[in-house]
Amino acid sequence: MPDAERPVKRRHERFWASLALPGVAWLAIFFVLPFYVIVAVSLGTVDPILQQPQPAWNPIDWNWGAYQFVFDGLFTGDKPFGHVFLRTFVYVAISVVLSLLIAYPVAYYVARHGGRWKGLLLAGLIAPFFISYLMRMLAWINLLQDDGWVNRVLVWAGILDAPRHWLDGRASSVIFGMVYGYVPFMILPLYAFLDRIDKSLLEAARDLGASRYQAFRMVTLPLSMPAILTGCVIIALPMFGDYYTPDLLSGSPRTSLIGNQINLYIHGSQIPVGAALVVVLMLVLSVLLAYYVVVTARVQRRTRE
Amino acid sequence: MSTATATATSQPAPSVLARLRRWFANPWGKPRFLPLFTALYLVWSIVPILIAIRFSFNAGRSRSTSQGWSLRWYWSDPDLSVWNDPDLRSALFQSLRLAAIAVLITVPLGVALALGLTRWRGRGAGTSRFVSLVPLVTPEIVMGVALFLVFVNLLTFIPLGTTAQAIGHITFSLSFVLIIVRARLVSIGPEYEEAAQDLGASPRQAIRMALLPMLTPAIVASAIIVFAISMDDFVVSAFLSSGSTTDTVPVRIYSTGRTAPTPALNALASVTLALTLVIAAVAFVVWRIVRARRGAGGSTLQDFAQIDAGPS
Repeated sequence: MPDAERPVKRRHERFWASLALPGVAWLAIFFVLPFYVIVAVSLGTVDPILQQPQPAWNPIDWNWGAYQFVFDGLFTGDKPFGHVFLRTFVYVAISVVLSLLIAYPVAYYVARHGGRWKGLLLAGLIAPFFISYLMRMLAWINLLQDDGWVNRVLVWAGILDAPRHWLDGRASSVIFGMVYGYVPFMILPLYAFLDRIDKSLLEAARDLGASRYQAFRMVTLPLSMPAILTGCVIIALPMFGDYYTPDLLSGSPRTSLIGNQINLYIHGSQIPVGAALVVVLMLVLSVLLAYYVVVTARVQRRTRE
Repeated sequence: MSTATATATSQPAPSVLARLRRWFANPWGKPRFLPLFTALYLVWSIVPILIAIRFSFNAGRSRSTSQGWSLRWYWSDPDLSVWNDPDLRSALFQSLRLAAIAVLITVPLGVALALGLTRWRGRGAGTSRFVSLVPLVTPEIVMGVALFLVFVNLLTFIPLGTTAQAIGHITFSLSFVLIIVRARLVSIGPEYEEAAQDLGASPRQAIRMALLPMLTPAIVASAIIVFAISMDDFVVSAFLSSGSTTDTVPVRIYSTGRTAPTPALNALASVTLALTLVIAAVAFVVWRIVRARRGAGGSTLQDFAQIDAGPS
């Protein structure tokens, strides 16, 4: 490169950086800085009179009381937080598995056999994105009421003798609501991936004598592992922070999740405990994300070989 | 499959069960289970919404028994309808206000960010790219609590309410604009602005005259997405709300969904849904027109560029 071009290049470099600057500055102030504020609040104290949190900005003032409280709740005595964490993991695991069992066949059918209905089917899969999550929960509150349609149909069909209180602190209702709420977010990435699978691979498998199911089991399914994993992560992350689904479909402490505890403590008088719970949740989720990154990297390396 | 037929013909009288199994497993027939399953899924996913909308037109107070049709819960009821209940009406306007602010600020900010991060290679570029994608994997409750604590403890000159909520909406939707516009920028490649600059354009002119016209479809698409996720947002709006005057539609549904059961809430949700769909549809039509006008030229140019660029 001739020397004369260098300053021009550098000037352009500065131009591109200056274009990115407002957005980067925005994220620094309203996304990165808030994380430090969470940490400072979780390591701070509460003003005994005003009940206001006193964040500990300086590491010298750090006070581990809130973390002590969280760890005591996780591992000692009645383990209130331990039960909540375990319950959250179980609910999320069951919901993710059920979502996958629903999402995969639907995405597979629309991607591979949609035919001339594909446009319409896709519109049906995308529709939930334009309907607020809370409205979708409201629809189920209507249906699951004591005199709602679910009870009426079940009693009419003779499956239930009497209407059941579906909204009275049932794990099944909460898990059902989470599956209903999050399944569309899993279908779309699966669809996008299955739609791109090279059909000649399947034809090759069939030519070599594989049945439809063998071709699926030995070609399509292994190929779609990364997409399955991505879909699971996409819906598991918001599920871990969910508190509105249990609040709306149960409202009972028996179905309280990590999100409910965070919400309670942040709006209560022990704000540092809420902040500490957020930090613990973030650590747990970053371990899961790191695992996801490692696994997808390994799968990508293997498929490239 | 030839083996399957062979075994089938060698068996003299297959039982009904076996015949059913073979019909189901026939490798050459169309799959039979999947269309049924997909149809059931679509019914399950959409019919509850239609039922909720139907009860918003109920003449009575029930949300589960048909009591005739009326617009009572939309505007005829003097106290409880969406139009006459100040809480419900303000929720609707607050949702629309926040979505409009979010689109107007996030889209330009995100487009500039995408342009900058895609072409900028200097020190700090990698970190900036990483930081701007993290919001996508951050659960909303983390972002909601973080911003709540920031506005209460550090940036106290920004009060909770519309300003704080708008900042929250912009923060979590910025990354969506970034990935949509960036994907388009990567597929366009750097040739156009380089060509423009070779012809004497400054980078600023190259962006305005070469890149922005080609990016228009991606910009319109990201505006639709920002609008939709802002209307849908619950957690950030709830944490940053200063009281019932700044509650959005989802926050109102959350706070009264179980306690004050009148169909007015269904009516509020239905109006919001209708508005979202209409606005998204209008934007989609604009997008189609823009793409038909610009995209055709753009893609031919792009084909040329790919031929020109050769196997590099």
